[in-house]
Amino acid sequence: MTTTEPPAVRVVPVRHYGRWLTALLVAGLAALFLRALLSSPNLEPGTVAHYLFQDYVLDGVVTTLWLTVLAMVLGTTGGILLAVLRLSDNPVLRGVSWTFIWVFRGTPLLVQIIFFGFLGALFPRLTLSVPFTGTVLFDRPTSVVVTGTVAAVLALSLNEMAYAAEVIRGGILAVDQGQTEAAAALGMGPTLTLRRVVLPQAMRVIIPPMGNETITMLKSTALVSIIAGRDLMTAVQSVYQNNYKVIPLLLVAAIWYLALVSLLSAGQWLVERRFGRGFARGGVR
Amino acid sequence: MTAMVRAEQVTKRFGAVEVLKGIDLTVAAGEVACLLGPSGSGKSTFLRCVNHLERIDGGQLAVDGELVGYRRQGDRLHELKAREVAVRRRDIGMVFQRFNLFPHLTALGNVTEAPVRVLRTPRERAREEALRLLERVGLADRAHNYPSQLSGGQQQRVAIARALAMRPKLMLFDEPTSALDPELVGEVLDVMKGLAADGMTMVVVTHEMGFAREVADQVAFLDDGVVVETGPPDEVLGRPRHERTRAFLDKVL
Repeated sequence: MTTTEPPAVRVVPVRHYGRWLTALLVAGLAALFLRALLSSPNLEPGTVAHYLFQDYVLDGVVTTLWLTVLAMVLGTTGGILLAVLRLSDNPVLRGVSWTFIWVFRGTPLLVQIIFFGFLGALFPRLTLSVPFTGTVLFDRPTSVVVTGTVAAVLALSLNEMAYAAEVIRGGILAVDQGQTEAAAALGMGPTLTLRRVVLPQAMRVIIPPMGNETITMLKSTALVSIIAGRDLMTAVQSVYQNNYKVIPLLLVAAIWYLALVSLLSAGQWLVERRFGRGFARGGVR
Repeated sequence: MTAMVRAEQVTKRFGAVEVLKGIDLTVAAGEVACLLGPSGSGKSTFLRCVNHLERIDGGQLAVDGELVGYRRQGDRLHELKAREVAVRRRDIGMVFQRFNLFPHLTALGNVTEAPVRVLRTPRERAREEALRLLERVGLADRAHNYPSQLSGGQQQRVAIARALAMRPKLMLFDEPTSALDPELVGEVLDVMKGLAADGMTMVVVTHEMGFAREVADQVAFLDDGVVVETGPPDEVLGRPRHERTRAFLDKVL
């Protein structure tokens, strides 16, 4: 080895002319679009600001939020059950689960929402009685029991169950067979194995698509405005149906949805980190 | 001496392939039995039958006097429910070729999981017991590491501690060192030698001839779904009586 310094080398970095060109192009297009937008007399930024924090809009935001949370909690719980049934040894239960998923994944959510909204047209009264005795335990008109809100929750969560079931089933199948065998060899029963060994590992695979499901759900709640679900979209609609300021009020809704989705994305990141423990990527060391 | 494992004419088929063609084997309590043989001879399948991870198709298999997977009532055999099978498995520890540690739990969590959830051992006592076991396999300082942070040899030693935490009366080892780098084999075999010295009944499927020669009380050579010959290691490994045993040993020694 010699001790002489290596000769100084002049490094010419790669010039990214393409980047400058695209930046210029995008900036130009954005400016044109912005000018077109601002030149419209119907944008009314003042109106947007006025309605953004009105009480009934905020009420709508709150309703949209709890509708999303409730539908996701019910949907995920039911989804786990359906997934377990579909993987069960019992052919009857497998069939039940398959049929449920087939129906609720196979028809549009909008149709399901309207259907539950008009359930009274199919069954005018909801009656629960003990068979062969004539004892009636419960009897009410359907429209009293299944209000717009109840119909919204029913439709959203039943629909979500079908999708969640498939996501969760995929997650369960992704867990290595050796894990189940190791649990079995330790004397753990099937339920305990599922709860303590399989599901916690399946979570890692389940969470990204379920985060997707949650975001889709938040936006799907807008569909319940068709049966007066009192959500954000319903609130905004009822305003612009009176004052015809459609664009500013749709902007109000869009701003809120975008804000809520951003919040959910952050939450998903936290949850993913939690269930990534013990795995090389993104785990807590 | 009582028999811990007694197999009589055990058969097992996967579809059209008969993997076990009538296995006869008796392992006495306190004994270490090593199962040797070429791959595909059925030794791992037989081991998995012992704790009912595979269901046998014929013959009889009993652990500590109780039939595996069945309950005798009069002259009938009743198949056990999943929950009853789970109860029987508590007394049989198993160590796998690929460790199969629970990746979402720390080493300590892996060892305490079954005692706490299955045996309802109070958490604090299970923890103390687990730390003692981890110390026994030389990993007291790794209790809070996740499996992904441990070497293969360390993972396999945690797996042994995990099986021991259920205080089994029988330990099954399915090629416990086959997935390890050569320099990590010794640390796992040392732990197993310690177990044998403490009088644990062990059935070990292995390719480690040195371990079999040194530790086993009984060596069984399997080929093509049957036990070709069995006896003390000096005899089977030193003076094999069967041509097939000799041919196998010539290849591996």
